[in-house]
Amino acid sequence: MSEYFEVRLSGSGGQGMMLAGIFLAEAAGIYDDKNIVLCKSYGPEARGGACRSEVIISEEPIVYPEVQEPDLVLAMTQEACNKYYKDLKPGGIMIVDPEYVREIPDANIEIFQVPLTRIAREEIGYEITANVVALGAFAAIVDWVAINSIRKAILDRTPQSTDALNKKAFDCGYTYVINNYKEKARKIG
Amino acid sequence: MGKGRVAVLSGNDAIAEGALAAGMRFFAGYPITPASEISHFCADELPKYGGKFIQMEDEIASMAAIIGASMAGGKSMTSTSGPGFSLMQENLGFAIMAEVPCVVVDVMRFGPSQGVATVPAQADVMQARWGTHGDHPSITLAPSTVEEAYHVTVRAFNLAEKYRTPVIILSDATLSQMSEKIKIPDPDSLEILNRKKATVDPQQFKPYQDDGTGVCPFASYGDGYIWYTTGIVHDETGFPATGDPDKLTIQINRLHDKINKNLDDIIQVDEYMTEDAEIIILAYGSVARSAFAAADKARNEGIKVGVVKPITIWPFPEEVIKKVSEKVESILVCEMNHGQLFEKVKETVEGKAKMAFLGQYNGKSIKPDKILAAVKEVSSGVFQ
Repeated sequence: MSEYFEVRLSGSGGQGMMLAGIFLAEAAGIYDDKNIVLCKSYGPEARGGACRSEVIISEEPIVYPEVQEPDLVLAMTQEACNKYYKDLKPGGIMIVDPEYVREIPDANIEIFQVPLTRIAREEIGYEITANVVALGAFAAIVDWVAINSIRKAILDRTPQSTDALNKKAFDCGYTYVINNYKEKARKIG
Repeated sequence: MGKGRVAVLSGNDAIAEGALAAGMRFFAGYPITPASEISHFCADELPKYGGKFIQMEDEIASMAAIIGASMAGGKSMTSTSGPGFSLMQENLGFAIMAEVPCVVVDVMRFGPSQGVATVPAQADVMQARWGTHGDHPSITLAPSTVEEAYHVTVRAFNLAEKYRTPVIILSDATLSQMSEKIKIPDPDSLEILNRKKATVDPQQFKPYQDDGTGVCPFASYGDGYIWYTTGIVHDETGFPATGDPDKLTIQINRLHDKINKNLDDIIQVDEYMTEDAEIIILAYGSVARSAFAAADKARNEGIKVGVVKPITIWPFPEEVIKKVSEKVESILVCEMNHGQLFEKVKETVEGKAKMAFLGQYNGKSIKPDKILAAVKEVSSGVFQ
């Protein structure tokens, strides 16, 4: 089967999961010229409610538009982790932020613990850049979307005044995975 | 807009982009999930093109406003979901009777009354046909991909203009809320139709005089033609014809004939692997995607399955369905409702093929595997 990947970005309202989904969808769809579907789902709360965005990336046209068995899940809350690790494809990838996800599920999955929020707060100075740190980590773990495409999608969608911050956030996420998961980085998928 | 480009758009945004490309310059609406993004887009974009966006006090007024805008010569649209669509029915009937071109988008949500705002259904199919009272035709289109949503919207405006009638677009929460990559064409490459305008001397003008095509030339309010219209069945002058059975018949027939004599132009149906199919899955809107996926899986297992996807729901593509029913064994209709188009398909098939229905009404889209399972049951003769 040709390349077909399902990604779920899940967390709590305010953590930037919706925007991260848009970045990823535009990176793969517009800059990598793949087929994509982006689905967003959130509760009535603007902040604090469970939310997720889902991106399907495929060489072939995408017929059924919903994620059924994700290849990769980003979980920014314990609730998201508990809820979604079961849906993962066997051997699938989970990126968690240990600041929020304390209990790691014991299952046949590849776990990447990346302190996304801490990096965003301490190294970038803005906690809200955690979603961009996460996409840096994503880019270091799998090669489903070209690194430069993700970078470009982020920079094209955000005000120029934030370019330096976003670049740094992306690079910090990327570097953290390369340094801490050397043997696994960009070998999966 | 600008020249052709590639973008990631939601179904709702694609509908709004398509409308803009078709020449829509007036939008009136009242925000409602899952249709609100269409309003948002129009509020952002219309002023840039010299258009007007107005948020009305409710959907009754929204429908009235787009009728007014169209009578003043503009291309107009509103968007809503089930509860608002119900409120629009009275004025929708007025637009049909007064023959005012406009486009109404109903992004279907789940359930009667307020239902569930955020989850999909396809339960307004019969409302799109018969929601407003009286004998009337309906043109209703249902896209199933984001790219199709764009082109179907352009087509909705073209049909509205060409036949001087409201056109309904039925989307659903799945399609409207999801985003896909779409090639937005250069607007100059699109075929855009505009209503036929009156050219006679204003003194001689009769607003509902058939010019032989069934579609009367239109004079915009403000063009210098003084004319009257009403929702009361009228004669060619636009004034009530309540006491004249012949005139009543002529006008009602013309409303129907202008649609029924142009079915080839209006009806659009996609067929997939139907040539040698023994079982046909009939599905429309976002469910058609699951049907295509299920058909592929079934073919891999050696079951000869094809898909018929009506893009034009109303007028119902009877000829296509009749033809298909004569060469297949079974037709499985899949809808996110309790069985709406199914009844129409059954009536059309007249027993020439076995009929089966898979309806799902739980706020979730129908998964391909569920359709595949139903196909297998149909194939083995289990499914009733």
